[in-house]
Amino acid sequence: MGDISQQLQEQVLQARSGGEKLNIVGGGTKAFMGRESSPDAGILDVGGHTGIVDYHPVELVMTVRAGTPLSDIEAALAEQGQALHFEPPHFGPESTIGGTLACNLSGPGRPWAGSVRDQVLGIRLLNGKGEHLRFGGEVMKNVAGYDVSRLQAGALGTLGLITEVSLKVMPSPAASLTLVQDMAMDEVLHCMNSRAAEPKPITAACWVDGKVYLRLSGAKSAVEATAEKWSGDVMENGQAFWRSVQDMQHEFFTGNDSPLWRFSVGSTAANPAIEGKWFIDWAGSQRWFRGAGELSDMEPLARTAGGQVSLFRGGDRSGEVMHSQPNALKTIQCRVKNSFDPDGIFNPGRLYSWL
Amino acid sequence: MTTKTKISKVELAEQLRTFVDADFVITDDETMKPYECDGMSMYCEMPLLVVLPETVTQVQRIMRICHEYGVPVVARGAGTGLSAGAMPNKEGVVLSLAKFNRILHIDPLARTASLQPGVRNLAISEEAAQYGLYYGPDPSSQIACTIGGNVAENSGGVHCLKYGLTVHNILSVEMVTAEGDVVTVGNDGLDSCGMDLLALLTGSEGLLGIVTEVKIKLLPTPEVAQVVMAGFDSVQKAGDAVGGIISHGIIPAGLEMMDGHAIVAADDFAGAGYPREAKALLLCEVDGTEEEVHEHIAEAEAVFRKLGATSVRTSQSEQERALLWLGRKSAFPAVGRISPDYYCMDGTIPRRHIAHVLTEMQKLSEEFGLRVANVFHAGDGNLHPLILFDANVPGEFERTEAFGASILKMCVEVGGCITGEHGVGVEKVRQMAIQFNDQELQQFHDVKAAFDPTGILNPGKGVPALKFCQEYRSLEYKQHKHEHTEAAQHG
Repeated sequence: MGDISQQLQEQVLQARSGGEKLNIVGGGTKAFMGRESSPDAGILDVGGHTGIVDYHPVELVMTVRAGTPLSDIEAALAEQGQALHFEPPHFGPESTIGGTLACNLSGPGRPWAGSVRDQVLGIRLLNGKGEHLRFGGEVMKNVAGYDVSRLQAGALGTLGLITEVSLKVMPSPAASLTLVQDMAMDEVLHCMNSRAAEPKPITAACWVDGKVYLRLSGAKSAVEATAEKWSGDVMENGQAFWRSVQDMQHEFFTGNDSPLWRFSVGSTAANPAIEGKWFIDWAGSQRWFRGAGELSDMEPLARTAGGQVSLFRGGDRSGEVMHSQPNALKTIQCRVKNSFDPDGIFNPGRLYSWL
Repeated sequence: MTTKTKISKVELAEQLRTFVDADFVITDDETMKPYECDGMSMYCEMPLLVVLPETVTQVQRIMRICHEYGVPVVARGAGTGLSAGAMPNKEGVVLSLAKFNRILHIDPLARTASLQPGVRNLAISEEAAQYGLYYGPDPSSQIACTIGGNVAENSGGVHCLKYGLTVHNILSVEMVTAEGDVVTVGNDGLDSCGMDLLALLTGSEGLLGIVTEVKIKLLPTPEVAQVVMAGFDSVQKAGDAVGGIISHGIIPAGLEMMDGHAIVAADDFAGAGYPREAKALLLCEVDGTEEEVHEHIAEAEAVFRKLGATSVRTSQSEQERALLWLGRKSAFPAVGRISPDYYCMDGTIPRRHIAHVLTEMQKLSEEFGLRVANVFHAGDGNLHPLILFDANVPGEFERTEAFGASILKMCVEVGGCITGEHGVGVEKVRQMAIQFNDQELQQFHDVKAAFDPTGILNPGKGVPALKFCQEYRSLEYKQHKHEHTEAAQHG
């Protein structure tokens, strides 16, 4: 549908003058994330704001409108032998780049290739005053002004409407293969971290159902030589496996509908002592747990492991779903929110009940 | 927010001496003199006093007092900054973090290190080397600059294209806020819940808080690194070769370009064996496993030859690799030898405009009557034009500043930015008005106020007051109009 930024801006200005609230929707595939949307708010639909604005393969930079589906972006990149190395999950064909950034979602390659937040170079943002602002740019090094672009990652749209995103893109690896072997859970953290400490072309490491999966990608000779040195069998359908991890279509995620918890913790920290089904990704830095529980019971476990926990999917979404914040940071975040959105128009209560 | 009535220098020093060792509260001009500027020595100011706390609690108490009385606070690491970001405020305190210089912990398996902010950048990699690890960002000042300052500036270096900037290589920071609270932003995991405050703090030039501890990621040291040097008879061809390498799917660990002036100066200084007749030189470093480097070096050599390189040489030993880099790394002091003073700029441009920008810069050089040499982080588009001048010639620094401002304006015009890695500080605060409009600048001010409601942290740096922007823009407009009128008259 192209550029509808003016229409979006008018809607924000109207909401502001009418004292209304707005829930931001792009492709609508991430409605399950965050706290439940405010029922009293109108809808700000950025799904029609689509299209690649600028793409220079040699610069390794692409600028796209926020409502552009990930699949469109990846198709354009693939034509030039490039890709989004942060491997964003597609929760459906409609998943957009704007939502991916707002939710800070990255796939299995994240510890090595960086997250969506790492690859963002600039954005355009409609703030709560209806001002259409530009931050960052299309160059990889840019330290003029505060990094408002990356600040949006994880803010779930509470600071404004992202309308445009400039991203660093990378060449697709020449070769890739996956090694798989049986391993008990208590051995796997040491295994994955020791492998990651070797100067080898490892680009993903996860563990599920008693098996560890290590992906190697890069120059063909390097991938093959490393595979020969390391233990494990070469997996036949490695690519399909990682795709299912990236899109959370692996049976661990789809197999039942009990609450899904995401622990973002130190890669070598002992696993939180709760019985249940675990999926360890990012060489130990991201651990998924399926099972009932209270956020307040999960938080001390995450803290002990050096990190944070969130209720990613399912469970009670009327309460808090994100790791709690200490008072000083709560105050700062409320003030930051207020600086972008003084009337609290965007996604009220979606990130925290108090924001 | 109300602040108490002004506090005198004597009273402030007295209060600080109740909890900081009296020797580390400096109030006499002679001892304070070394703090009057950072690496950007053209901008100087003497502070009210200098304090060197030793504990986080002391930093907290200093901040509480300064917050209470509205006393400006300028944090300082090693003072190697190149935008006068650590230049003192004459009514304020310089808070030096020099005593926070310990590596607290290295975890080789998790590949992380916990550091006090005053730890030198290079010291991290030196200490981590025993585990086969190193720290990625390597700014040119790495022998002296500190990790706290790296966080404040979001420092990069030669290897950014492949290994990223500071923001990509840190996990968390502990920070004392303007109001004296201690907060930790980020954690041992790779992502945090909610808005990314860690990214916001990185590169905030000491305007949002005082960093008291940093946890960083370490990388495994590559098995091998090799560098290909290629000379070209035009900047255009060298620029195309940069694109050629990247289009080929190779992401070099470092990709540097030097122009003719810089080649000769650096070769005279370091005896690196550069092709002195070349108009542009590329240094392309590839690192990784033995197999990967072998494969990519052969490809890089072929690409350079195909795209018209007049000379190609690949390092065959660590010694040779070090020598080829020595020229590039000593480009600044080398240029220092051919001119009494030089002024280092730091714009970033989309790479495809390199030939255009360098040609235009040459024209400006003639217009301003000042020589310019260029070293360029070609991989990520970060230009470092070195303007040669003599500070003892009246008016020459002012001309240099004006030349620099024109270069930065051109960077913005081609879609780049006014600073890639040196920061805005005092030096480029006026040029912020070229890159951002008033609404955007106001948004920055509002973000700052969220962290620092009374505006005591490094005031006057980073983001310009809006009224000055209007003045600056209208001045630019008048000049522009004047130039056009003159051109029309002469034409």
